[in-house]
Amino acid sequence: MLRYIIKRLIWLAFVLLGLCAITFTLSRIIPSDPAASYLGPRPRPEQVEKVRVQLGLDKPLYVQFAYYMRNLVHGDLGESLRTHRPVLQGIWEHLPASLDLMITAIFIALSVGIPLGVLSAKKENTTLDHLTRLFSVANVSVPSFWLAMIFQIVFFRWLGIFPIGGRIDTVVNLVSPIKQITGFYALDALITGNWAALKSTLSHLILPSITLAAYSTGLIARMTRSTMLEVLREDYITTARAYGISEREILFVQALRNALGPTLTTAGLCFAFMLTGTFFVELIFFWPGLGTYTVNAIFLNDYPVIMGITIIMAVFYVVVNLAVDILLAVANPRIRLG
Amino acid sequence: MAAVTVLSIRDLKTYFYTQEGVSRAVDGVSYHVIRGETLGVVGESGCGKSVTALSILRLIPSPPGKIVSGEIIFEGHNLMDLPLDKMREIRGNKISMIFQEPLTSLNPVFTIGSQLSKVFILHQNLTKKEAKKKAIEMLSACEMPSPERIMKEYPYQLSGGMRQRAMIAMALGCNSKVLIADEPTTALDVTIQAQILDLTLQLRKEFGMTMILITHNLGIVAKAADRVVVMYAGEKVEEADVFSLFEKPRHPYTIALMKSIPILGRSEKFLKEVKGVVPAPYLEISGCKFADRCPEAMRRCHREKPQLREVEKGHLVACFR
Amino acid sequence: MVMEIQKTKHNWLNKGREYWRGMNLILKNPLTTFGLGIIIILVATALLAPYLAPYPEQGRGMSNLKERLVPPGFRHPFGTDNLGRDILSRIIIGARTSLKAAIAVVLIVIAIGVPLGLIAGYFGGKVDEIIMRFADMILAFPSLLLAIAIVASLGPNLLNALIAISIPWWPWYTRLVRSQVISLKEMQFVESARAIGASRLRIMFRHILPNCLSPVIVQATLDMGYIILSLASLGFLGLGTQPPAADWGVMVSDGREFFLKQWWISTFSGVAIFLTVLAFNLLGDGVREALDPKIRWRFQRK
Repeated sequence: MLRYIIKRLIWLAFVLLGLCAITFTLSRIIPSDPAASYLGPRPRPEQVEKVRVQLGLDKPLYVQFAYYMRNLVHGDLGESLRTHRPVLQGIWEHLPASLDLMITAIFIALSVGIPLGVLSAKKENTTLDHLTRLFSVANVSVPSFWLAMIFQIVFFRWLGIFPIGGRIDTVVNLVSPIKQITGFYALDALITGNWAALKSTLSHLILPSITLAAYSTGLIARMTRSTMLEVLREDYITTARAYGISEREILFVQALRNALGPTLTTAGLCFAFMLTGTFFVELIFFWPGLGTYTVNAIFLNDYPVIMGITIIMAVFYVVVNLAVDILLAVANPRIRLG
Repeated sequence: MAAVTVLSIRDLKTYFYTQEGVSRAVDGVSYHVIRGETLGVVGESGCGKSVTALSILRLIPSPPGKIVSGEIIFEGHNLMDLPLDKMREIRGNKISMIFQEPLTSLNPVFTIGSQLSKVFILHQNLTKKEAKKKAIEMLSACEMPSPERIMKEYPYQLSGGMRQRAMIAMALGCNSKVLIADEPTTALDVTIQAQILDLTLQLRKEFGMTMILITHNLGIVAKAADRVVVMYAGEKVEEADVFSLFEKPRHPYTIALMKSIPILGRSEKFLKEVKGVVPAPYLEISGCKFADRCPEAMRRCHREKPQLREVEKGHLVACFR
Repeated sequence: MVMEIQKTKHNWLNKGREYWRGMNLILKNPLTTFGLGIIIILVATALLAPYLAPYPEQGRGMSNLKERLVPPGFRHPFGTDNLGRDILSRIIIGARTSLKAAIAVVLIVIAIGVPLGLIAGYFGGKVDEIIMRFADMILAFPSLLLAIAIVASLGPNLLNALIAISIPWWPWYTRLVRSQVISLKEMQFVESARAIGASRLRIMFRHILPNCLSPVIVQATLDMGYIILSLASLGFLGLGTQPPAADWGVMVSDGREFFLKQWWISTFSGVAIFLTVLAFNLLGDGVREALDPKIRWRFQRK
């Protein structure tokens, strides 16, 4: 078991090195001169030259890469061209809002996806099954930016029950502001007993998190369904029936425990994948998270930010994948006990 | 002691509806079991003996299978008519079953202890502690080494023989009236086979179990069964007590089966096999299903289906000869 | 040698028969048939685009400022956008661009991924290791993010978008082909070809490659949906096709300013994306099910 983890960690180190190399290469093929962009519009040539030396752009590539790696290890991802503040700080500030959204979304995806998958498997080939599968595929196929807008039109414009965006109603926040403890608004409001803020936060959280959850819900439902179908055909299910265990228990205890492995792996991957999903959802719902930070950087060609986010998200993605693999190994008694 | 029929199957028909056609896995089978006896049901793979057993407990997967007609009389009721919740009370409790593949028949993510306890809690209303104790008791009765340790282990950690002991322990603990053993030794090593078989016989004596023993191995039947039913292509072709069957087999198929057992000590050049293959269950065959392979087939055999007739007391054969 | 060629031909015949049976199975599933139907409509639309679109020049980008922001009606079934262009025409022309772009991506991905997979699988050893490590590294990135980073670095236009989407994709095909090659390598007809003294390149291309192609083609069909979604997403962010060309993603983004009042600009183009991706995914699911031997063999004999 330990050997397995160590092997994976070594692999992780290699991959991270490779990621940095790729990002570094990308950052050096930018058409515009980073030094010039750094200075803003219409810089003077001497200034540009000074900045070039300052940024180390005159050195050979491998030296630049070394500097790059050194900076990375120290957490220096460069500065935003727009705000001139460190990229890492920008990421750190915007992170809680995105995590708020992502955690709610994965929770929704699991709560909706797993039961749907189980039901669909039990009623294989009936109309219910076909409808559920259609729902799953639709969730996986829908463009999230479009879904977000449709939600806004329907629930904000026509029905008026949910707000158009933001994390909390500005008026509510003025009247009874949220005390930031964890950075997760709903949690903070709950802890401090701030009911007005809690209500506002939740109503703002619903549409964006459902939109973000859509893709994952589809994948999780599909994976649960196919795994359950296989499990339900296994001999031990017949044994359970032969001993009079109820269908409900067979479905949700005997079978599901076996099917959970691949489903949770998928959920872990979905969580990592959601990071890119936030780009669109946060943009449209005016959610001040990492997605908005990134998309704004894209629109403004703020390369340090784009590259910084790329490497951070990539690292996150790889680490989550690895964590999921290890968790799976731990949960499977066969691998755990050797 | 009066011979009481515990379980009686009457004209059971179980079909499977698939893309390739209708498979008549069990096509009108009837037999019964008397209290305290071991009934051997013997036949080659695919003859429908396991499907019959699964039909008793109504464990046939419903698409694509279906119990088309027939009655299963147990404790005065027709099991086919029972609602599912009543059926669940019978499963494991009054009629229990052990399966061929102990590795796949036990849930891999639960410990042996939890699987056994669950069954005992369900059917005997025991508390968790009592069920645990009973499980250990049963495992010891099945000659399982260090039963307390085994309780905490997972199925894949046990050997094939130990897993089968665990399954037997599960069935034993339920104190059921009838135990259906579906090829309990087939998946095991030869040496373990003998052990498990002996264990089963011993337990049968100790606990007075009534058993339906399904197998394709005539050796096991000879050792363990009191009466025997021979099945072929979904039908019963012969039924007799074990001595009569081995001394005077009447059906050509039974005779051929007996002949194909190599006799220890006598060197034979070739293993005598039964020529031909079992007809595919999708085909509708008029006349005797064995006729194509039967060395004694007459023209009549291909046209008319032979009915079971009693040639001696308790000895039934479906053949015109 | 002739025998081996015969055998390969036989392979094709058997494959054809298998495909026919597969098609029948596919069509049994109503969802898959639905998906297939939409794709046929899509392809037809793309092929006939200039003739189908009621206002083809507007479709290509010509403005019509007199009829700005007209709601859906008789003259303009899907309304017009902020430059007065007929949305229906834009969607129809956009179908053509999307399909062309998606096919281009598939071709690029196959052009890079398949040869690499062949080489890795056939030669094995160090070469295999290097190629697969590289592939794994690319696969470690979230694909949309990598694509965005690439386009952001290279500059936003359609060609760069195509490259950007292809780069995170090709490793899948390399993996696919490699595993096929490894299992095919040991087969009889390769042994015979080698015994006759055929050069390694010849073996790779004449014998192994044709047998790898079918899973690749199937996989490509399955992936089309995701490719189109990625293209639309990049377009939405302004990182793909540049205006005034018609692109579904760009149209959704253009409509954002107005969408609370003039909802039709974003909505219909979004529906187009949705239905297209849905159709490919439905078809993909159906194909996958039809090809999976486990599911076909539903009846178990005991």
